[in-house]
Amino acid sequence: MDDFLIRAGLAGVAAALAAGPLGSAVLWGRMAFFGDALAHAALLGIVVALIADWHPWLGVAGVGLVVATVLAWSLADPKLAPDSLLAALSHGSLAVGLVVLAIVGRAQVDLYGYLFGDILAVGPADLAWALAGMAVAIAGTVALWRPLIAILIHADVAAVEGIAVRRVRLAFLVLLALTVAVAMKTVGILLVTALLVLPAAAARSFARTPEAMAVLASLLGVAAVVLGLAFSVLVDAPSGPAIVCVATVLFAIARVIRRAA
Amino acid sequence: MTTLPAAGGPLLRLDGIDLDLGRRAVLRDIDLNVSPGEIVTLIGPNGAGKTSLVRVALSLVVPTRGTVVRRAGLRIGYMPQRLAIDPTLPLTVRRFMAVGGAHPRAVAGPLAEVGAAGLEGAPVQGLSGGELQRVMLARALSREPDLLVLDEPAQGVDVQGQVELFDLIARVRRERGCAVLLVSHDLHLVMAATDMVVCLNHHVCCTGHPEAVSRHPAYLALLGPTARGLAVYAHSHDHRHDVAGAVVDGYDHDDRHGSHRHHGPA
Repeated sequence: MDDFLIRAGLAGVAAALAAGPLGSAVLWGRMAFFGDALAHAALLGIVVALIADWHPWLGVAGVGLVVATVLAWSLADPKLAPDSLLAALSHGSLAVGLVVLAIVGRAQVDLYGYLFGDILAVGPADLAWALAGMAVAIAGTVALWRPLIAILIHADVAAVEGIAVRRVRLAFLVLLALTVAVAMKTVGILLVTALLVLPAAAARSFARTPEAMAVLASLLGVAAVVLGLAFSVLVDAPSGPAIVCVATVLFAIARVIRRAA
Repeated sequence: MTTLPAAGGPLLRLDGIDLDLGRRAVLRDIDLNVSPGEIVTLIGPNGAGKTSLVRVALSLVVPTRGTVVRRAGLRIGYMPQRLAIDPTLPLTVRRFMAVGGAHPRAVAGPLAEVGAAGLEGAPVQGLSGGELQRVMLARALSREPDLLVLDEPAQGVDVQGQVELFDLIARVRRERGCAVLLVSHDLHLVMAATDMVVCLNHHVCCTGHPEAVSRHPAYLALLGPTARGLAVYAHSHDHRHDVAGAVVDGYDHDDRHGSHRHHGPA
């Protein structure tokens, strides 16, 4: 097997492992829209890095932190950052990213690869970043797990019980931004949310505890990445849509099995 | 937030609370004390600021003016008005209570105490309204609170359920000695065990023992021309019900004023 394929596979597996628990939490908190916003912000981050002549990861991290902070703020007080503002932030950052990229970066950046994933794009350094990002995301998720579930059940009750709700939410969104950045190369910006949400939704059919759902979501995500990349090579399709096709099929199968049971 | 000394005096003291949300004045000059073992019932029309006042008391919002002081080390059990857990979260009653700090093997006691024994393994999202109320109360109790804060616990429960819940709360207070701050959406019905009624409509209209409040001109003015007056629920039972509605034997009221069963098998 070619090196680039192995690297893409490992980076995708890293993203899927981190996405399982975080994607489950995204479902529980009905925050799929936040995944989109963070993914769109990642494109803006790449553009910022391009203009400022930074490493792309630096731009993605910087813009991701800003957007995670705004999203955490919107959860704390919907009056300060209502849905309309979040929609402007999410789609505005995607649109600005696309336009600026068209003006300044057409030659340097493979836009199609960023939007839909590109297995050729994962270099050795990218893989190292992805593995490090996954390790941090998983360790952080484990550390946040109990207070995070308490907040998703009822934020005010969690606060009365002594949980620092704002801090936990912000940390969760930063981990989500990190996972989105890790997943971006293989799945692509437009479909990152699907890698978060679909394996988790499929896992729900079989899970009786939050932990079982999180772990199963990771495993189903890994299956979607591996099968999806193979599918992508086979039919010469972009890797992101191929992975999401497999994840969708897994979700449908899980639903059918659940209904039959 | 400052704290009160650990012994003597109130558990919770609110002084001169104003709360503005945007340009709206939600609360004006509210004073409120909750002393150990005391049941304080907060009544008022919809939109009167009852939940806002509870959120101030719980330090979930910072008041625009005024101070909130609680006793050092005060343990609060809070039962919110609504609980909307997404159906995608696999959560049993046992786990729900464990998230609140209860040991997974020690949830049976509080559940039995509220008449919800045997629900440990049930998914929280599958509970009926009445079951969920009791499970939320059990979770609050499992924290061994000095103060129970209940925001419209009888909401969405029929009159019978409301009466049973009031009985349950009165018994919990008697057996555990914890104070209770109760918000009621019903202007006409407060539980007999209430020591203090606070009638709220952005400001405190009147306050006092239920009998006194029921005759207060400010309370009657709030009710308007259709006033039915304040019914103090003073009836007690010589039996109680579990979740399934079956009569469970064996608890005696020290404040019982009759021993008939008025809701036998239907």
